[in-house]
Amino acid sequence: MAILTLTIDGEQLSANDDETLLEIARQHDIAIPTLCHLEGLSDVGSCRLCLVEIEGSQKLFPACTTRAQEGMVVRTKTERLQRNRRMIIELLASEGNHQCAVCVVNNHCELQNLAYEVGLTHTRYPYLYPKKRLDASHPDFIIDRNRCVLCTRCVRVCHEVEGAHVWDIAQRGIHCEIISDMDQPWGTSPSCTSCGKCVLVCPTGALIAKGENVAEMEKKTDFLKYIVTARVKREWINTDGEE
Amino acid sequence: MKPRVATVWLGGCSGCHMSFLDMDERLIELAGRMDLVYSPIADVKEFPRDVDVTLVEGAVTNDENEEMAHIIRRNSRFVVSFGDCAVSGNVTALRNGFDKEDVLRRAYVELADVDPQIPRDHPTIAELMAKARPLHEIIPVDAFLHGCPPTADQIWFAVSELLEGRMPAFSPVYLRYG
Repeated sequence: MAILTLTIDGEQLSANDDETLLEIARQHDIAIPTLCHLEGLSDVGSCRLCLVEIEGSQKLFPACTTRAQEGMVVRTKTERLQRNRRMIIELLASEGNHQCAVCVVNNHCELQNLAYEVGLTHTRYPYLYPKKRLDASHPDFIIDRNRCVLCTRCVRVCHEVEGAHVWDIAQRGIHCEIISDMDQPWGTSPSCTSCGKCVLVCPTGALIAKGENVAEMEKKTDFLKYIVTARVKREWINTDGEE
Repeated sequence: MKPRVATVWLGGCSGCHMSFLDMDERLIELAGRMDLVYSPIADVKEFPRDVDVTLVEGAVTNDENEEMAHIIRRNSRFVVSFGDCAVSGNVTALRNGFDKEDVLRRAYVELADVDPQIPRDHPTIAELMAKARPLHEIIPVDAFLHGCPPTADQIWFAVSELLEGRMPAFSPVYLRYG
């Protein structure tokens, strides 16, 4: 592991060469919006919200999957990036049913918070109003694909943390959807352990617990850090949050 | 002359107008600062000309709403999408995943207690559009007031700013969906 120096938003920082730009930025309180990223899961760079500019390249790079290099000059808040981020949220909004007023996670939703963050006043793209499948066959949980943003956190937490790999993605492009096992009703899935991790890590109201009403459900993802720390460091974080 | 203000109720539940009335005694102050020239709470039949600010509640969900939207735009200097249905379609647009005829059958035949029939073929009955649309997909809109419904404080802020001739710069406190 080597120490290197780079610049983010005009600030000279030192970092380890195995760290991503997102990790480094967050260590120094430089805010970069994310949606598919979740501490404790692998990064896939799919939501594109964390795209940053790197001097010397016309291309934009996802901060969550780009490693720091010596002398890198990174910008995270240019007008072009802010415009792109707002566009991404608008595209997500227009692609599904993201009507907050009738959502179980209203006021506790990462997509809703991102919309505030990018200053979304309205969606300039025509709404598609697709009719995606809702599956309430599981005794405790529901998946409403109309509210899914395809971040794949559920796929990753089920595969990487629970080890069950119930969830995956089927189809391509705009037809992509999350499926359970061999695209069968969730309630009939032989691999699902009903642990509920997918529900907790879902950033929107796509995966929800039964019996919750509008704006009633608040998701907590901090359970991940206990499991991941125990696995990686062979240590248990005590309940005060001290390692 | 005081600014001329209109409020219109398209495809919505009137909750945004209820929230407007929730401004309580501030309404008395508003009455001194503006003329309400058209509104569901004022008995005016035709949308007037030369309106300064129009608040539009609801999505555009039938042909009457659509015609009204164009009348509003032609006659208003400043049009505000008033509440989530006007901004994004919201609850009114939840039917959009279904076929229009299925929606009508469900509402007027399957769920009817007496005399099941779909009301249509009469000049006073508006024809449902295939999809409910947010207002800005039909006409250009100048400002967006979120919420289901927007709170009385939000409405007070927006209307006060507009009456002073300022474009309301919504702070994050007033940017809230749902």
